[in-house]
Amino acid sequence: MSNEANIQRTLRRGLVVGVLMFGFGFALVPLYDIICEVAGINGKTSTTAYQGASVVDESREVRVIFMSVNGGSMPWRFRPETTEMTVTPGKVYETAYLAENMTSRDLVAQAVPSVSPGYAAVHMNKIECFCFEQQPLAGGEDTRMPLRFMVDADLPDSVRAITLNYTLFDITDKVVGETAAR
Amino acid sequence: MRFWIILMSLLTTPAAWAAWDVNMRQGVTEISQAVYGLHMTIFWVCVAIGVVVFGVMFYSIYHHRKSRGAVSDTFHESTKLEIIWTGIPFLILVAMCVPATKVLIQMYDASDSDIDIKVVGYQWKWSYEYLGQDLGNGDNLAYFSNLSTPRAEVYNEAPKNPNYLLEVDEPLVIPANKKVRFLITANDVIHAFWVPDFAVKKDAIPGFVNEAWTIVPEPGIYRGQCAELCGEAHGYMPIVVKVVPEDEYVAWVDNKKQQIAQARGITPSVAHR
Amino acid sequence: MSAVIDNHTHDHHGPKKGFMRWILTTNHKDIGAMYLWFSFAMFFVGGAFALVIRSELFQPGLQMVEPEFFNQMTTMHGLIMVFGAVMPAFVGLANWLIPVMIGAPDMALPRLNNWSFWLLPFSFAILLSSLFMEGGGANYGWTFYAPLSTTYAPPSVTFFIFAMHLMGVSSIMGSINIIATIFNMRAPGMTLMKMPMFVWSWLITSYLLVAVIPVLAGVITMMLMDINFGTSFFDAAGGGDPVLFQHVFWFFGHPEVYIMILPAFGIVSHIIPAFARKTLFGYSSMVYATSSIAFLSFIVWAHHMFTVGIPLVGELFFMYATMLIAVPTGVKVFNWVTTMFRGSMTFETPMLFAIAFVVLFTIGGFSGLMLAVAPADFQYHDTYFVVAHFHYVLVPGAIFAIFAAMYYWLPKMTGNMYPEWLGKLHFWLSFVGMNLTFFPMHFIGLAGMPRRIPDYNMQFADFNMVASVGAFAFGITQLIFLAVVVITIRGGKKAEAKSWEGADGLEWSLPSPAPYHSFSTPPEVK
Repeated sequence: MSNEANIQRTLRRGLVVGVLMFGFGFALVPLYDIICEVAGINGKTSTTAYQGASVVDESREVRVIFMSVNGGSMPWRFRPETTEMTVTPGKVYETAYLAENMTSRDLVAQAVPSVSPGYAAVHMNKIECFCFEQQPLAGGEDTRMPLRFMVDADLPDSVRAITLNYTLFDITDKVVGETAAR
Repeated sequence: MRFWIILMSLLTTPAAWAAWDVNMRQGVTEISQAVYGLHMTIFWVCVAIGVVVFGVMFYSIYHHRKSRGAVSDTFHESTKLEIIWTGIPFLILVAMCVPATKVLIQMYDASDSDIDIKVVGYQWKWSYEYLGQDLGNGDNLAYFSNLSTPRAEVYNEAPKNPNYLLEVDEPLVIPANKKVRFLITANDVIHAFWVPDFAVKKDAIPGFVNEAWTIVPEPGIYRGQCAELCGEAHGYMPIVVKVVPEDEYVAWVDNKKQQIAQARGITPSVAHR
Repeated sequence: MSAVIDNHTHDHHGPKKGFMRWILTTNHKDIGAMYLWFSFAMFFVGGAFALVIRSELFQPGLQMVEPEFFNQMTTMHGLIMVFGAVMPAFVGLANWLIPVMIGAPDMALPRLNNWSFWLLPFSFAILLSSLFMEGGGANYGWTFYAPLSTTYAPPSVTFFIFAMHLMGVSSIMGSINIIATIFNMRAPGMTLMKMPMFVWSWLITSYLLVAVIPVLAGVITMMLMDINFGTSFFDAAGGGDPVLFQHVFWFFGHPEVYIMILPAFGIVSHIIPAFARKTLFGYSSMVYATSSIAFLSFIVWAHHMFTVGIPLVGELFFMYATMLIAVPTGVKVFNWVTTMFRGSMTFETPMLFAIAFVVLFTIGGFSGLMLAVAPADFQYHDTYFVVAHFHYVLVPGAIFAIFAAMYYWLPKMTGNMYPEWLGKLHFWLSFVGMNLTFFPMHFIGLAGMPRRIPDYNMQFADFNMVASVGAFAFGITQLIFLAVVVITIRGGKKAEAKSWEGADGLEWSLPSPAPYHSFSTPPEVK
């Protein structure tokens, strides 16, 4: 093979590697999500309802602390109904978050859950959560958003307290933008 | 004339500031002192390696120079030497990892806290919320902590006070000798909550919650700053932590709750601890 | 460098005359020279920004600029120095030197080479023009963490992204070209393990570039989509994650750090043996060490993120892996020192810069080792200690190596010897200025001063003042280097083919200045 052909081959291979690595950059996004879900990095919790069941571990109790944060310029009043619960792993509990739209405009919100410590996230199973859906609320109205969850018995013994935080974001512009585009 | 005034102030003020500290702050907590210990250990390891390497180098530079009639040798390979200087640093590093791992495990153990405080970073201030301290209407005791340095000091129109840029209107108040857990998040961009004297530094990330903890043995006032670039006023959102004896803390919480409840028109009698 | 013009009468055609020569050229020496001049210009622009930063930090209080502009200065200083000064300088040296080191007539892909270069001025013109746009230029730090660089960024961020894309295409093309040249254009007899160290280090660097610059392109494309097309890669509100940005960025960013230092390792591995008049000690271990550093650079990225809340296991992994990098880096330093041992040394300017490189880069390596200790990093992270660390590895590391290379090969490029006393003056003033600037930063960092702040408490004032004085000294000193280069191009003592007594390699078999077309018939390497 001539030198010129070799050079062209190296060029082609280099370009292919470049394109593949560009794709790899994007592949890091789902890869990261999978790693997060398996290892509980960042306290990301599942975005769908938990279906399974778990044995009840009566031998210990775990504190669950509820927290709420408003993201960006979110004008709602948003808080947990109870700030803390003591739960038995494996049992299903119910609580709720309260939201009140303090403005006169109709707004849509999205709650983003996060668990600390991060590796406890995979053991924090939500059977029903307002965070699975967008939450529209007319101006001046308030709502009680239920949350049913279970801490599974596989939770490491070292975790004696779990913090569940919801950050509420105003996504009205995005939702309106999408409907307008349709 | 004006020139001389400026020159004089340039020449005289540094002496008044006189802060030629060259080492890390030891801090006041067990963790911060353990971190200081690690810092010093790795520092001396580096110094020792440096003395050997630079020693050989400067010996060669002095003795093996052409002007002293040195004739160059021809050796240029030795597998034995390569193995030795791969192996020894490796062993030193393994030895270094042991204490570092221990301290890290300790830092990550935020369980069994006595008090939980939600810390939220905003552009450009901090908010603190005492979880479980109900004001009487379902809201927790919470407030913002803003920089209190006057603009005039920043723009050199007034003399700077000793706590310049490290002072706030409402400090974070925590009790001494209690395990305090910080649940850290942010409202807009990423910030970082840092109090050097506690060796606590954790990023505040919008949508995600991080935790850190401390037990401060000594009452006092401890100052820190936001440690992640968060926009224009990144340099102007300090953290001031006032550590008080426990009874004083309890009184402060009651008082603070009443004060906020009154300001917001919530009946104080409903407020309970 | 006009002195490159071939004034011998050869049978091949010489360069075109006038301005079009530089626009249309496919000659590796012309393109190399343009890269070097471009990088030098950017070095002064980035340096000017650094001096704005240092003047504001001369004293507590706001004197010179507002915080918003200060942020633009820190960001632009970082971007310009990393992508505009250090990287193009190394690419320029690669273009000029690799063909003459391996006995090739030119680069493998000369027209691509022209294109790679000419993307750069446009890229940086766009980047710099963003400073004059409404809302200001890039102000989110050279690491541009989301969401500060997406949702909360000034509108000029789209121009920043476009500029980075152009720069990225240029880098990828340049590195593919280097790989193609090294693999296909070596003189007969030059096996891989006979290649000069600079060529080796650039081969590995090119692989790193081809692997990670596309990832950077990916991450800025995601930013672009988040900003303009409503996706939520890094926006928690839409199910994204700001920390993901940091993972992808540092997956690029850490190898990038080595991209800026591996060619420097190569350069120093030429200069120390030349002035010690002794063969490089442990050639093959140098090759293996460089390769292992490159490999390890892919698995240590999260040490930039120890405080974001990575799980304990992750912290431990990244701490151990990071410490491991000290081993091959140590091997390289030991090899250089052993090369000097029992040599017959003289201390011309290139050697002075090379020795300063070894000493000061090692100091930067030590602070790197300290930063690798995760629990201690909680105190160092995002303070001036980090600023001190990476300036110690980049200024006396990358930049001193570039100076050393220029002094060493300038006789080959121009045909003239540079004025030695001026070179030495440049070295000593740079050495003093650089240490005066960056050594005190260790202290203010340990005392607790965060980086990227325009104003600070008085407890940090003294050392900041020292650092600012040092920065101006260092900055002004670089004008001496400009003078040296200009003087040398215009004349001076004629350089011999082998300009240095201990110099070794094919490039020294060419006359000085090297003819416009060299090695049209490949030399034989035994």
